Amino acid sequence: MTSHHDSKGPSSGPLAKTFAALAKDGRKALAPFVTAGDPDLDTTLAVLEALDRAGAAVCELGVPYSDPIADGPVIQASYTRALAAGFTLEKFFEMVRKATGRVKMPILAMVSYSIIYRRGIDRFVDDAAAAGLAGLVVPDLPLEESDVLDVTCKGANLALVRLVTPTTPPERAAEIAKRSTGFLYCVSVAGVTGARTDLPEGLVERVKWLQTKTDVPVLVGFGVSTPEQVKLLSSVADGAIVGSALVRRVGELAAEGPEGVAKGVESYIADLVNAAR
Amino acid sequence: MPSPLSPPLPAGGISQVPDAHGRFGRFGGRYVPETLSAALDQLQAAYDEARADPAFQAELDQLLAAFVGRPLPLLFAKRLTAYAGGAQIWFKREDLSHTGAHKINNTLGQGLLAMRMGKKRIIAETGAGQHGVATATACARFGLDCVVYMGAEDVRRQEPNVRSMRMMGAEVRPVESGSRTLRDAINEAMRDWMGSVETTHYIIGSVVGPHPFPRITRDFQSVIGQETLVFCQQELGRDPDCVVACVGGGSNAAGMFYPLVEHKGIRLVGVEAGGRSSKPGDHAASLSYGNAGILHGSLSYVLQDPDGQTADVHSVSAGLDYPGVGPEHAWWHDTKRVEYTSVTDAEALDAFDLVARREGILPALETSHAIAWAVKEAARRPKEEVIVVCLSGRGDKDAAEIARLRSIENGGAHA
Ligand SMILES: Cc1ncc(COP(=O)(O)O)c(C=O)c1O
Repeated sequence: MTSHHDSKGPSSGPLAKTFAALAKDGRKALAPFVTAGDPDLDTTLAVLEALDRAGAAVCELGVPYSDPIADGPVIQASYTRALAAGFTLEKFFEMVRKATGRVKMPILAMVSYSIIYRRGIDRFVDDAAAAGLAGLVVPDLPLEESDVLDVTCKGANLALVRLVTPTTPPERAAEIAKRSTGFLYCVSVAGVTGARTDLPEGLVERVKWLQTKTDVPVLVGFGVSTPEQVKLLSSVADGAIVGSALVRRVGELAAEGPEGVAKGVESYIADLVNAAR
Repeated sequence: MPSPLSPPLPAGGISQVPDAHGRFGRFGGRYVPETLSAALDQLQAAYDEARADPAFQAELDQLLAAFVGRPLPLLFAKRLTAYAGGAQIWFKREDLSHTGAHKINNTLGQGLLAMRMGKKRIIAETGAGQHGVATATACARFGLDCVVYMGAEDVRRQEPNVRSMRMMGAEVRPVESGSRTLRDAINEAMRDWMGSVETTHYIIGSVVGPHPFPRITRDFQSVIGQETLVFCQQELGRDPDCVVACVGGGSNAAGMFYPLVEHKGIRLVGVEAGGRSSKPGDHAASLSYGNAGILHGSLSYVLQDPDGQTADVHSVSAGLDYPGVGPEHAWWHDTKRVEYTSVTDAEALDAFDLVARREGILPALETSHAIAWAVKEAARRPKEEVIVVCLSGRGDKDAAEIARLRSIENGGAHA
């Protein structure tokens, strides 16, 4: 009987340990998203250390892609900046290797399937595991196309975090929730990424329902930017993902150099971490 | 005329695609954010239902006849043939369509589908502006709201089409990101759709994108190949020897080729944009120089760097200036059923001049690529042979840009 473990993937992996520790303390996960290589990879490394110091539970590291259709203007612009600054996958994995040696929070790559496919699924997953990544989030890979990557990730003990959106019909959402490993990413709104002021109605009910369909934690993302929102989400979800709001800050602080960016990011995220309980 | 939704295909292998997952061999599929999955399922269901509904069929046939002007004839290009000095060159006159290109076949079909799904807002991307105009036209006819995304560079070089779209009530949104061309316009349209999918239908302009778009667009365009077969029988009493079409995303070519792929005796040739040279960044010939990869929701041939980042591309023709190609073309390429080749900017511009002066037709710059190849090939083939060129669109939209390019050229010659 391996089906339980099969469907949950690396249940003893770094993500499971992180969420168990949070639960023990009665806290929720604050999961920041940052774009790798924006404005450069040295800054990203400094930012990852700052996020870890600030108490972020896990980090999603966005791999810049030339044609990101799921992303709004803020993240899209950060990808363009990173690519213009000479981002490559070789440099990315090298930086991740350094980062995972220095921080305790698990790091996942948020990466387009176009990039994974071109490198080769086996090679990408091997590189990711060797660099110490805890898993992958692949925003343009729906359930139907995901079997090969799913098996490959399991073989390498990487989580494959899946996304459920407001347009996902219930039956399909249940299947996605069941097959997600590490955690489940609940997208709060239909649309592209971007900070929003309110939480959409119906979200609380949806998160509660999703929690009954999966054993992994349910994290909510898209549009989260303030401690108030994090607090609200933390009353129901297992954590909150903060993306565009953080990426915008990194962009604004870029001129201040790696340490300046890291400092600004650390205090912003520390406030959000405090609200995640 | 045979109807576009029930192609009278002989049973066989190569045409039995896509499968239920949208696969053309290994190509195709659906690589999109989860937000779009439900809408694509809905579209698939609506399309299957429409295909089975004779009323849908009848309404579309009626529009294709009275609104578009179908069926569209074959014309013997007498003076062009004499110039080439070999095989006969015939034009399949898609340029006579209402709005001046084949794109209208698809936008009317998908517009009717949108109404079946109860969606009242339409979005589209456009490169040359022909798909944008065809979408604006269908929306005006059907009373649907219309937003067209167009790369800022293409807004400049295809200005007459921008004006037409606006006159028919469409909102044209210039796209300033990336290369400011077709690929960026598709990105923007997809992003719009991510947030509007419950009330909006995206009429994609070619046989690209996630399943079921490549199939739906191909089917709506198949009327081109069906009419070609019928007219060849009427005019020549036989099938043509060779049929050639330009390939951007590949919709005029797919519509021409699909009804012909089981006619094994017909040589099929797709012509891509060879641009300035075969160096990366200088052309837009995905099948000639690209690799298998994923772009805009499907697996096909794409021009990418080794990290999977989409490459910069170039073509003098906005409608071919795209780093990908429809997955069915990738399938035909790998099964060797269709030959793919490319023609340079300069050759296409020369073909434009040639057809203007020798035939009294201004062909679209996209189409001029297919013509350039046909003229070269005709010179090498015997007089009994028949080459049919898909004259996918008219070139009025290109006249100003061609004049500009020619004056730069002439200026350069003086320097
Ligand atoms: C006249 C004409 N031919 C060809 C094309 C290229 O598209 P496709 O390859 O989908 O036929 C376009 C696109 O704008 C066009 O306007």
